[in-house]
Amino acid sequence: MAKEIQGTSHGDAPLSTAHHPDPEALAGDIDARKGDVIIGRTVTINRPREELYKFWRDFRNLPRFMENIERVTVQDAEHSHWVVAAPGGNTVEWDSAITEDVPNERIAWTSLEGASVRNSGCVEFYDASNHRGTRVTVTIAYDPPGGTLGRVVAKFFQREPKIQARQDLRRFKQLMETGEVATAKPPNAAPRAS
Amino acid sequence: MRALTWHGKHDVRVDSVPDPRIVNPRDAIVEITSTAICGSDLHLYDHYIPTLKAGDILGHEFMGIVAEVGPGNRKLKVGQRVVVPFVIACGQCFFCQKQQYSACDNSNPAETADMSETLYGYPMTGAFGYAHLTGGYAGGQAEYVRVPFSDVGPIVIPDGVEDERVLFLSDILPTGWMAALNCDIEPGDTVAVWGCGPVGLFAIQSAFVQGAHRVIAIDHYPHRLDLAKELGAEVINYEEVHVREALVEMTGGLGPDACIDAVGMESHGVTPDNLYDHAKAAVALVTDRPHALRQLILACRKGGRISVPGVYGGVVDKFPLGALMEKGLQVKTGQTHVQRFSHELLKLILEDKIDTTFLISHRMSLEEAPQGYKLFKERQNETTKVVLKPKQAPASVH
Repeated sequence: MAKEIQGTSHGDAPLSTAHHPDPEALAGDIDARKGDVIIGRTVTINRPREELYKFWRDFRNLPRFMENIERVTVQDAEHSHWVVAAPGGNTVEWDSAITEDVPNERIAWTSLEGASVRNSGCVEFYDASNHRGTRVTVTIAYDPPGGTLGRVVAKFFQREPKIQARQDLRRFKQLMETGEVATAKPPNAAPRAS
Repeated sequence: MRALTWHGKHDVRVDSVPDPRIVNPRDAIVEITSTAICGSDLHLYDHYIPTLKAGDILGHEFMGIVAEVGPGNRKLKVGQRVVVPFVIACGQCFFCQKQQYSACDNSNPAETADMSETLYGYPMTGAFGYAHLTGGYAGGQAEYVRVPFSDVGPIVIPDGVEDERVLFLSDILPTGWMAALNCDIEPGDTVAVWGCGPVGLFAIQSAFVQGAHRVIAIDHYPHRLDLAKELGAEVINYEEVHVREALVEMTGGLGPDACIDAVGMESHGVTPDNLYDHAKAAVALVTDRPHALRQLILACRKGGRISVPGVYGGVVDKFPLGALMEKGLQVKTGQTHVQRFSHELLKLILEDKIDTTFLISHRMSLEEAPQGYKLFKERQNETTKVVLKPKQAPASVH
């Protein structure tokens, strides 16, 4: 297995939990650079590593649990095109390439030259202890733009960037463990008086 | 369809709302035949629970007939009669596989799970008709309800068994049962139960079934104390005697071996600590009034066990932490893992070892539900349980 991403100088807590994460400590794992925003989250999913890797490796599946991704078009084994919803019915798009692919263990990707929001990330799969399934860690770095685009991106990652990753991973877990994403959206899933 | 909806403190109404639909493969739609108002609905009625929104459908104790089944459910069939647990559980996560259903990791939608994680450290499970911290799922005080993960929760009831014998499998019976189990009752034990509402009364019954030597029940409503007495409990009216002194005397100086808090966050009683809590709750400095819990921590014997089925939601002051630690008390709490007990309790009901019908004081149509809430809130002595019958017209029920 690959060594887990860390990046704090003492202790075993992941970089994403640091008070002041140093993106450069992630270099080599993902394409993170000075000034990037770092998001990380780990979740334990009661399914085998192979199954989770396979589902994630097909990027077309990502919109099924990542709320703001409208679609991902896969161009070839390494390249894909991401379309992300933005406020006012707009979208932000970029091309992305897989930079590392270790079957059943790790997938890393990065946006290509010309992306309006430079970003990179990786997902790692580890066996959890005593048949508890798989520990899934997602780490994402992005270059926070300013201006209108900055607001669009802030919306994409929500005001607290960790929240989006947390909710997306929670949906991934729901989908993998139960076959569906829990919802109580009115009116159909949960009727209510107007 | 018609449904009982919450609009504000002490303001519930029966409204016309859209029908629920199957949205996920494992959903079912259940047509409600009986649904009850729960003591914890009063916490919503009194607006003690945050994140309720105007228009929400209440109700988490219900049963009915399966009207529609999603393509992913290979267990339920249209036409079956089912009781539905108030806890929504997926059956496949780490917690469900340990039968800790009320800790299910998947039933609370991602956005609302996040809110509860902020409040409690980890996301809470989903539940019917109980505010948005637990998912914002529509409740069952309605003509129809959507039941997610319907291949896990609902328990099928054999034909010929009346609704009222089994309805309370949805919440209060397993809650009373788990409250007693959490006491780890040993031969010779005396169990003291604070609160003779439905959960307290079922906890008394359950404690005897689980081998308690004596049960002592504490309340101030004479009718509720009478019901406790009929179940075999000795009773203490806290308006007449000093509770802790009475318990010390009644147990020969030892104290009760286990104590159950079946009261929760809206404790009654004119005591300095409760007046203090009232004052602080009025200006939102505390959220819960745990007078009963404080009292039972002091009253429990050294090395004894404390079980808390009563609902709390937030933070409290003046918690007797010293007594808890110095006396070496064990505490078990939590929302009920309903699904774990369904079959065992259904069997006990069918064998006539547990009867729950004695509890029902009022039967009403769904249209009369607001009146039911008012009665349950204002006349607690005689209103022990209100059951609503959505399929019956207002005048035909009593």
